[in-house]
Amino acid sequence: MSKSQMIQTDRGSVLTAQEIAEIDAELGHVPYKSGAAIDALKIVQAKRGWVSDECLQAIARHLEMSAEELEGVATFYNLIYRRPVGEKVILFCDSVSCWICGCDDIKQKISAALGVDYGETTADNQYTLLPVPCLGACDRAPVMMVGDDLVTHLDEAKVKALFGDVKVEAGGDQ
Amino acid sequence: MEKVLTRNIGLEQEPTNLKAYEANGGYQGLRKAMAQMSPKDCQDVISASNLRGRGGAGFPTGMKWSFVPAAEKSTPGHRYLVCNADEMEPGTFKDRLLMECDPHQLIEGMILAAYTIGADISYIFIRGEYIVAIQRLRDALAECYGAGLLGENILGSGYSLHMHVHPSAGRYICGEETALINALEGKRANPRAKPPFPQVSGLWGRPTIVNNVETLCNIPHIIDRGADWFKTLGLGEDAGTKLFGVSGKVNNPGCWELPMGTPIREIIEQHAGGMQDGYQLKGFLPGGGSTDFLTAEHLDLAMDYNVIGAAGSRMGTGTMIILDDRTCPVGMVLNLIRFFAHESCGFCTPCRDGLPWSRQVLQDIEEGRGQPEDLETLAYQVRYIGAIGNTHCALAPGAMEPLQSALKYFYNDFKQHISAGRCPYH
Amino acid sequence: MPTIFVDGQELQVNDGENILEACLNAGLDLPYFCWHPAMGSIGSCRQCALVQYQNEEDTRGRIVMGCMTGVTEGARFSLNAENASEFREAVVESLMLNHPHDCPVCAEGGECHLQDMTVMVGHRDRRYKGKKNTYRNQYLGPLIHHEMNRCITCYRCERYYKDYAGGRDLGAQASHDHLYFGRHEEGVLENEFSGNLVEVCPTGVFTDKPFLKQYSRKWDLQSAPSICTGCAVGCNTAPGERYGKLKRVHNRYNHEVNGYFLCDRGRFGSGYINSDARLDYAGIKKPDGSFMAVHQQQALTTAASWMQGKKVVGIGSPRASMEANYLLRELVGAENFSSGFSDTDSDLMAAVLKILKTTKASNPTIKQMETADAILVLGEDVTNTAPRAALAMRQALRNKSFELAEQIGLPKWQDAAVRNLAQDQLSPMIVVSAMDTRLDDVASHCISLAPDQIAEFAVMVVEAMAGEAVADKQAKQVASILQQAKNPLIVSGTSMQHRGIINGAVAVAEALISKDSNVMLSLCVPEANSLGSAMLSKGSKTLSQLVSTVADADVLLVMENDLERRLSAGQIDLLTADGTQVIAMDVLENNTLGASDMVLPAASFAESEGTLVNMEGRAQRYFPVFQPAAERLASWQWLLKLAAETGHKSLSKLQHFDQVVAACAESQSDLAGLIDAAPDHSFRDRGLKIPRQTHRYSGRTAMNAAVSVHEPQQPKDTETPLSYSMEGLNRDQPSSLRPYVWSPGWNSNQSLQKFQAEVDGPLKGGTAGKRLIVSSSKGAVSKAPKSTMEMQPHQWQLIPVHRVHGSDELSVSTDEIAELAGYACIALGSVVAEKLGVDTGDGVCVSVDGEEVSLEVQILQRVAKNCIGFSAGYGETLSLHAGSTASLSKDTNWQRRSPQLIASDRTIADPVIIDGGSAHV
Ligand SMILES: Cc1cc2nc3c(=O)[nH]c(=O)nc-3n(C[C@H](O)[C@H](O)[C@H](O)COP(=O)(O)O)c2cc1C
Ligand code: SF4
Ligand code: FES
Repeated sequence: MSKSQMIQTDRGSVLTAQEIAEIDAELGHVPYKSGAAIDALKIVQAKRGWVSDECLQAIARHLEMSAEELEGVATFYNLIYRRPVGEKVILFCDSVSCWICGCDDIKQKISAALGVDYGETTADNQYTLLPVPCLGACDRAPVMMVGDDLVTHLDEAKVKALFGDVKVEAGGDQ
Repeated sequence: MEKVLTRNIGLEQEPTNLKAYEANGGYQGLRKAMAQMSPKDCQDVISASNLRGRGGAGFPTGMKWSFVPAAEKSTPGHRYLVCNADEMEPGTFKDRLLMECDPHQLIEGMILAAYTIGADISYIFIRGEYIVAIQRLRDALAECYGAGLLGENILGSGYSLHMHVHPSAGRYICGEETALINALEGKRANPRAKPPFPQVSGLWGRPTIVNNVETLCNIPHIIDRGADWFKTLGLGEDAGTKLFGVSGKVNNPGCWELPMGTPIREIIEQHAGGMQDGYQLKGFLPGGGSTDFLTAEHLDLAMDYNVIGAAGSRMGTGTMIILDDRTCPVGMVLNLIRFFAHESCGFCTPCRDGLPWSRQVLQDIEEGRGQPEDLETLAYQVRYIGAIGNTHCALAPGAMEPLQSALKYFYNDFKQHISAGRCPYH
Repeated sequence: MPTIFVDGQELQVNDGENILEACLNAGLDLPYFCWHPAMGSIGSCRQCALVQYQNEEDTRGRIVMGCMTGVTEGARFSLNAENASEFREAVVESLMLNHPHDCPVCAEGGECHLQDMTVMVGHRDRRYKGKKNTYRNQYLGPLIHHEMNRCITCYRCERYYKDYAGGRDLGAQASHDHLYFGRHEEGVLENEFSGNLVEVCPTGVFTDKPFLKQYSRKWDLQSAPSICTGCAVGCNTAPGERYGKLKRVHNRYNHEVNGYFLCDRGRFGSGYINSDARLDYAGIKKPDGSFMAVHQQQALTTAASWMQGKKVVGIGSPRASMEANYLLRELVGAENFSSGFSDTDSDLMAAVLKILKTTKASNPTIKQMETADAILVLGEDVTNTAPRAALAMRQALRNKSFELAEQIGLPKWQDAAVRNLAQDQLSPMIVVSAMDTRLDDVASHCISLAPDQIAEFAVMVVEAMAGEAVADKQAKQVASILQQAKNPLIVSGTSMQHRGIINGAVAVAEALISKDSNVMLSLCVPEANSLGSAMLSKGSKTLSQLVSTVADADVLLVMENDLERRLSAGQIDLLTADGTQVIAMDVLENNTLGASDMVLPAASFAESEGTLVNMEGRAQRYFPVFQPAAERLASWQWLLKLAAETGHKSLSKLQHFDQVVAACAESQSDLAGLIDAAPDHSFRDRGLKIPRQTHRYSGRTAMNAAVSVHEPQQPKDTETPLSYSMEGLNRDQPSSLRPYVWSPGWNSNQSLQKFQAEVDGPLKGGTAGKRLIVSSSKGAVSKAPKSTMEMQPHQWQLIPVHRVHGSDELSVSTDEIAELAGYACIALGSVVAEKLGVDTGDGVCVSVDGEEVSLEVQILQRVAKNCIGFSAGYGETLSLHAGSTASLSKDTNWQRRSPQLIASDRTIADPVIIDGGSAHV
């Protein structure tokens, strides 16, 4: 089942046994339940792509936190998504070394190839494009992550090879 | 020069291979400590070694550890060691290398550090984007638990330690050690007021030491081979070796282990292969995005904490970012301030609202809307945001360092933008 | 006391305080936002910057935050140094980047701390040219209006709501300059103390919603010092009036009672004063049962003709003033008078009074409750019966963390650091109750017992302390916790209607005393003047006694008492039986008035003066905020006029309020202190009366032009030292007479510090109120009469469940409070609910002695065996009584009701998406 289908079925659903088991494993590493808040958010997000309101409430209940407390945590961090994202998130480094090495141009090429700007998801729900602070690979700039993979030394050819044949309309405003 | 921190890097074996690590001298420091050294002995060696923190501030590690209250003077409970592997400072790419290529070295360092301060639980707080490093550390931890190097009664010494990997959900401020502690507690990562320092009241209110990856990677070697040996490694005042890096328009960007005190020129010209054809060096940030610019006139300085400090900048993380003559300094500072403004935790006013204000002024200048009085405003903002103590933590003063030095060294560039009504580099 | 230097000036400062406090204490104007005297420092706004110098030679110094820097001997600072002032101005300039500058339409305008600070730092010209961030507001319920764009991110709301008041449903979200303070989803703020956000927020993010509907500027409000009538805590309030309407209620600082905070009943529960259910005219019942409106004089003459030479009996009220109750008692004679308590309350109050007069334990002020290091609560849901006291108890639980902080040399005001250090460690609090209480979340032990067992439990604790063999492990544990404490606090009260519980509490306290500890015993009582009424009830009758003899009486005078709430339907019928003329006076229409032969419209607390005695025995005076509308009179005035009209021997000599106070004070030795509750009408401040209006009060000559173009004369106040005018001084008055706080440059409520002897300390004008009850310290009677209810199968014991919103008679006639009160409920444990096959929202038939009521089901976390709860004080449950046994069945005809709360101003249908929520998406 693809993640996009999971998101559809997510409304009203609660945490799966698997998710709860993984969260409970994290609880063993912390003295207070709320200590596993970030881990729990990441566990659920890893399965579903993002953290819906329902999931957030369910996690909060499981960790004996209020939804407000957990919301405060979830919205603080860059990598917790409180809105749906595509199959893969592209984390595009726009920090200083990549910028010196021409990342602005590359970003435009990616945007053109995928038809999305920062914060948007392609119409086929394959990619969400997000900026990310320095990825710690400045010696191989410009770089980005596509899903879990680091792609280095970005140039036009690489963009083409990755996204070249993706022909989609601009995605919905995310 | 002898490779210390990177001696296993480039080996044929899988980086997590415990056997290979041990074959190359790994866990000798640990075995030695467990067999014949008390925590106090370890503390003495580290203090004597003059090791300074590699996380950016260069604080003497031995001294930091010595602030942890003696067990008998503190209320009973856990003590924690935390490895700061957040590495989000723009232009910094050294800890990634150490963790991806030699995870056991870090783990050994952490066990020794934890032993010294009497910690029974330790965490590696690592950037969530470091997928490979996270996996390798987890694999290596599993190997260690299997081999009795972690867990209860390590190597039969009676000392027990647990170690967990915590991948961050991503924010630069998590690198600040007290914000990191809040993040580990599952909270919003606002920094904490100091004092009390984490050594006294840190993670979950308990004594806690936070050290950088590279700092901790030095520990096994110092324990194994002694403080004197370590001190001989540096060329100048500072002890040991350091990972130095160069990014930007150089021929061979990268990261190398070199003696402390290696001249900047050597790093840029020899190791990084000098500037690319058609590019001249205009300036550089010596140690990551929150250090002051230096220029060509500083190339012969040694990469030593005090030397760089005297020149008006900071050694920071030791990874340099080169500004070339075809890149706009205003644009570069704007890029950095945009980063810092976005990564502000939002806790204190000068940073939360002051940095976006600077960003706005810089953007106006860069995009040709600058007014002469904007330069005064920028100088005002540097005074307002730039001093340690004006803000709740060091993020905002760090953010002002490139701006303040750019105003000093590249003032004309700013003026040209304003008088021409556009960016002359485009 | 260290000496420090500020701009060369030598200051003696208090040990352990921070330099911001030191500056404010010295009368210096150092701006601040995030610091709050009751909440300490976090150093987030960076507004309180000043320069600190290393030594005399240091001329550069460095900027430090006043609120985060402790004073040390010889430390040198400058407020005026150029870099410090530049910095402080820069802070305001940055706060203004995104501020909407909507002062003209903002409810905070004119009392906005942000406005004050902006002027104080001299920020005028804006340099920022970018766009402002904008946010969506949330619907937060009927009490609080949300306007996020005005936020300056000081974190005060979150810290107050979560950390101080224990709320969980409001917090900081997002980060960098997209910070957002709100709920996870729109909805009613759940905490009982949410209203303080209005005063805690230094700008207009959280404002008083009912006030917004009938808004006036602070400077246009006419105010008087007042006392909350919502419960027996007796919080000091500052109600504001304009155009004859009570507009809002603000907190009025009393160091020993409410400090800076009120509960929501106190702040929002006075709206009934403007209600249509107020009586406008006196009325005489016509034969057809309807009332004929008559003028005051006609009513008085008629009443006098009924009364003259006849047997008159009177029923007073524990929610009416000492003066009114005293006059009624004198008018009818003590033997013909009842204080108006229900019979059970009458017993309980007599017991409480006796205990307070004799116990060796100290009866703490609310402030003193904060010093407890261990608390035992017996049978009381304090948050719902004496809300402000519960807030103090919450603070007391932090004493454990202050102890830890002291060990590492951390000052108390380092708020975040102290919390980080202590994490979830709290001082112990044991709550022994029949079911959930609103302090359960911070209790170390929650023990669920039926009332009889609570009393027994207390006895076991006493036995355990005496070293007797006690089988109950929990009792032993509680005994040892209390014995280890330095300042244990025992809290109980009348809400369970159970004498044994109160006796148990006393027994525990007294047992601790004999162990040489500094014990506090606090007893919650039901109404604003319950204790005062009890003091006045010597020689008088209980309600039942009065009812049983009423047939012999010709006239029954009922004052401010809806007897439906105290008597059974049968008893009420007796009262109104043929032959006895009933005259009733009250503030709001109610069934007692409906059943009377004559009704007299009484002025509310906001339109009259009077003295109330709170649960600690403190007599406190309230003053009229505005004059009652034409035909209304304060109850004491009705009674004086009736006395004159009927030619009463002694009372007809009295004319003025102060004379009544004096007479009452003389009537009984323990009431002598009443005179000192506040200065009398002759008090003058530098020759002037104290103005109720601000010196900027506008439109005085024109505000009634819509009614008449003639400029009316300002009303004269002959009864009190206050005047209905703006002429006079707003300085150094006695605290009991200060109508509002204002000081040049400090238009907001933060000007309070100018009136305090020191930050967070008592007021310069002394602490208002006078303690009347002093214990003789003989040791109180503590034998608990043993009673054990034998429960039949399928029988449940009824336990009253009190609610801040709903259980109080008058406040619930305020629209917003009624909305929050919802329906009366039957509260069940999940096991019982399951047995009955019902869930939250279903209906259950409760039958007691053959009488049935159907009520909505609410499921609780913990319930003692055989107990069920019922909403106390709700109209639907007046037939249910504490301690009766009931049988239950599912009401199969029950129609589930949609939640009563009408979100009338809720306009946003979709959930709020916070600007910059997850910053990158
Ligand atoms: C905004 C900010 C970000 C930081 N980020 C990091 C980081 O990513 N990694 C790191 O090791 N130290 C970082 N630091 C420094 C840490 O606060 C701390 O000084 C360091 O982890 C101490 O380790 P060391 O003594 O071994 O150098 C940061 C500091 C600040 C103010
Ligand atoms: S300087 Fe202030 S707002 Fe900025 S990151 Fe530090 S604490 Fe947060
Ligand atoms: S009041 Fe001192 S920093 Fe806010």
